[in-house]
Amino acid sequence: MGWIFKMAWRDGRASIKKLLLFMASIVLGIAAVVSIQSFGDTLKKNIALQSKSLMGADYKIDSDSPVNEEVVKIMDSLGGPRAKEISFASMAAFSATDATKLMQVRGISGGFPFYGEMDTEPVSAATSFQQTNSALVDATVMLQLNLKPGDSIKVGNVTLPIAGSLKSLPGSNAIFSSVAPPVVIPYLFIEQSGLVQTGSRIDYEYYFVAAPNQDMEQLDNALDPVLDKNEADLDTHVSTSRRLGRRYENFGRFLNLVAFVALLLGCVGIASAIHIYIKEKLRSVAVLKCIGASRRQTFLIYLVQIAGMGLIGGIIGTAAGLLLQQLFPILLQDFLPVDVQVALAPQIIIAGVLLGLIMSVLFAMYPLMSTLYVSPLQALRVQAKTNFRSKRAAFFVGLAIVVFVLLFSFWLLENWKYALSFVGGVLVTFALLAGIAALFIKLIKKYFPTSWNFEARQSLLNLFRPQNQTLTLILAIGVGSFLISTLYFTKDLLLAQANLESNRNSPNIIMLDIQREQVDSVAHTVQDQGLPVLSNIPIVSMRVQEINGKNANQIKQDTSSRVNGWILSHEFRVTYRDSLIASESLERGSLTPQIANGERPVTISVSTNFAEDAHVQLGDTVTFNVQGVLLPTVIGSVRMVDWSRLQLNFSIVFPKGVLEDAPQFGVLTTKAPDENASAKLQQKLVRLFPNVSILDLRQLLTVVEDILNKITLIINFMAFFSILTGIIVLLGAVRTSKYQRIKESVLLRTLGARSKQIVKILALEYFYLGALGAISGIVLSLISSQLLAWIVFDTPFFPSIWPFLVLFPVITLLVMAIGLGSSIGVIKSPPLQVLRKQ
Amino acid sequence: MAKILNVEHLEKGYTNGTKKLTVLHDISFSIEERETFSIVGPSGSGKTTLLGLCAGLDHPDNGMISLCGTSMSSLDEDGRARLRNDKVGFVFQDFQLLPTLTALENVAVPLELQGDKKASQISKELLAKVGLGDRFHHYPSQLSGGEQQRVALARAFSNRPAILFADEPTGNLDSETGEKVIELLFELNKDHGTTLVIVTHDNELAALTQRILKLKGGKIVATENTPV
Repeated sequence: MGWIFKMAWRDGRASIKKLLLFMASIVLGIAAVVSIQSFGDTLKKNIALQSKSLMGADYKIDSDSPVNEEVVKIMDSLGGPRAKEISFASMAAFSATDATKLMQVRGISGGFPFYGEMDTEPVSAATSFQQTNSALVDATVMLQLNLKPGDSIKVGNVTLPIAGSLKSLPGSNAIFSSVAPPVVIPYLFIEQSGLVQTGSRIDYEYYFVAAPNQDMEQLDNALDPVLDKNEADLDTHVSTSRRLGRRYENFGRFLNLVAFVALLLGCVGIASAIHIYIKEKLRSVAVLKCIGASRRQTFLIYLVQIAGMGLIGGIIGTAAGLLLQQLFPILLQDFLPVDVQVALAPQIIIAGVLLGLIMSVLFAMYPLMSTLYVSPLQALRVQAKTNFRSKRAAFFVGLAIVVFVLLFSFWLLENWKYALSFVGGVLVTFALLAGIAALFIKLIKKYFPTSWNFEARQSLLNLFRPQNQTLTLILAIGVGSFLISTLYFTKDLLLAQANLESNRNSPNIIMLDIQREQVDSVAHTVQDQGLPVLSNIPIVSMRVQEINGKNANQIKQDTSSRVNGWILSHEFRVTYRDSLIASESLERGSLTPQIANGERPVTISVSTNFAEDAHVQLGDTVTFNVQGVLLPTVIGSVRMVDWSRLQLNFSIVFPKGVLEDAPQFGVLTTKAPDENASAKLQQKLVRLFPNVSILDLRQLLTVVEDILNKITLIINFMAFFSILTGIIVLLGAVRTSKYQRIKESVLLRTLGARSKQIVKILALEYFYLGALGAISGIVLSLISSQLLAWIVFDTPFFPSIWPFLVLFPVITLLVMAIGLGSSIGVIKSPPLQVLRKQ
Repeated sequence: MAKILNVEHLEKGYTNGTKKLTVLHDISFSIEERETFSIVGPSGSGKTTLLGLCAGLDHPDNGMISLCGTSMSSLDEDGRARLRNDKVGFVFQDFQLLPTLTALENVAVPLELQGDKKASQISKELLAKVGLGDRFHHYPSQLSGGEQQRVALARAFSNRPAILFADEPTGNLDSETGEKVIELLFELNKDHGTTLVIVTHDNELAALTQRILKLKGGKIVATENTPV
């Protein structure tokens, strides 16, 4: 074995430049995977470490209705809450600027937060607002509306001075804050605001500080079932941080896949480069066999070389990934719930290094196996047949690669279905790109343009010369273009869908929480502004009491029940109407439009997701608790609901004639032609009906776009690794075929070709490769985005012209620049010098 | 004297598409230990194929080859490789030095394969003997054709082979350099007491060996003893 290592080193030493280039192909992919993995791990640890600061307490009991006596008793037995909070979304008016805004009002009492801090400007405002009876307003809103401490804010019937701007607060979610930014007021003003009324979505929260050694899991297990029965919930800092960690894990997994594509692309580069590398070594293998080396020995020499290269690539990639993860807190700052202290995780370091080793060996295995079949006769001048075409070996190596990629994807995604879809998607993309390359070559051969001038013909011929790199280059360029344009198209698609809603003759202002007696007056106010009332939706709150005669509590306790927990604990907002709306389609049964008053049973319609999660079918019975009154119903139809549309959708729809007398609130919608009209309406409504919340979909769209832009930035950052890897693979492929090119151009120059003609041949060759790769990638991505639009989003998709206008020429030019750049030495040197150098 | 190489009724052909091309027909001969022997014939007569089969680089279609008392058909590829490493030396027309190894490392490879701890020392001595004592660390690309063939000679003798196969050893050299290389080959052969089998189309070189086997169209047309 010692001799094999010695030979691997001796041989590798002379080919170090080539080996380094192969190694570079995987370094970036590994760096990308390791950086995401490591950052994900760091984030998880940081969330766990800072879990108390995230919640601001050790645990909390919350409910979406005032807690009953049973819950109060439980809280007393726990020593009573250290702080209370009531929060809800409401319109706020700022007299200084006449502006109105939907905000999350948080009325807080006690010394909350007990861990972490409320970050305010001025700092003293965090503690003084309680004593000075003033409010803390979200810092971004302060900036946007040009507010200063001392200005006033009106929430419902209460007007308070602003004590300062609120930069961060435990328990605030950055994304939700963009839609309804927080305003903190002293608890005692909540009552006075008059906003706590039936129908409003209100959260009641009670914060606790635990004894130092209290076991949170135990507390959770003991109290949660009891609280659950009383429509309350216990959240400990541990469970909250776990939930939060999972949310970030999902995003991390997606980024991991983008990084993994970079690695796979690098591996294709390795397979191709090793193929050429080993071809060059076959003569040496034959000589070694002649002088007595065995098949195993010659095979191992090159296996050790490749494994060594993979190992070093893995180490460098891992180190680069660890450095790179320092960038993530900057890129993700708007999304991170905690301050991240970057740490090193040994298992990720080991995984990164092993990944480099395994991926290089796996992808190099097939070309490497040809060393086993080289006849020593090749060392003599006999043209022995050594074409290695073992279908069985190719199958097993291919299978090993697919299995490893699948296992690794599963490790990243923790879901077989997703892992299989990902591997399937990658295989199809790679196969399609390879198919396009093969078809292109076939077409050129069949319809060779014999009338073209010499340079154009010669450059086309170069595409299928022996040892050509056409397939590798088209794969590298194609996958890169595919990735960038898919990211672009998907963002386009998401925005297009949201825009569609705002452009259609559909509502763009939704007025929520309108008390029953206010509905007519609000409608008149809207009409007075010259705006139409597009819909008037009544909403009744209710909970599921029984399913098919079985009580909700019995179902909860039944371990064999497959009914999803949210069905039993959720407070449903239900409407009644006699027809379907645009976002709905009937899947089963028929919609009952109306029933006579008092007629039983009441036939309702449920959404497909309700039917699936509640495990109910047509004809099954569900009894609802409508604020104390039990209402038995029968499922008469199941509707498919497109929840992605920006409009009010419902899980449960009642027929007319049942809920008219139940306690309810209304939702009105209208369409304001511009921001000015919208602002005017909002100001008027806030003044007249302070309890009405107004959602301006146009503003929401801006928020969505902003979030999408931030996410795109991160995804683009990861996709960048694929692009860079593509460039390295490109460089590798160009360099590997450099000697072939040298021979050809020297021969051409010896025969009298001018440098200009040679440059033209090379430039055209790279133009064909760049253009074909880029166009294949973009078109494939267009097709997959179109499919996504039809199948997933169910919306017409008008692709942006940007990828064609910018991406296509940029990638083509880049390929030409790299190709010509690395061949420039060949063109400049005199033929004899080049020939001698060989 | 004992026979070191015995060839009986050897046949070899290749298929080219659907066509079968017979390269060697019913070849039988034997070579004794320490004998010098040449195989001559025009291009395409099957000389190199015969050499390759004798050295166990390929299988015959029919017939039997026995080298150093071992029947080639009884050995698998690795067994034949071991036999070559122990008993056989090679000199090629185009030198066939490993381009990534220095002169010294090239010479040492056969010894290292045997696990010889003195590989480096023996290789240095051999290189000095062929006049390249100052070129140990040069790569093949830094040596002239004549120098490369001298390194190849040193490598061929490094494992003290019982039999040495030389395939057109002067084919890629000018006549003056070629003469010097042949002189060296025979000198080393004499010193090491090796059996020498040369494939050549150079009648003058063939005349330096004790026996000549003439091939034409894959058949033996004559076996002659020379006055050497």
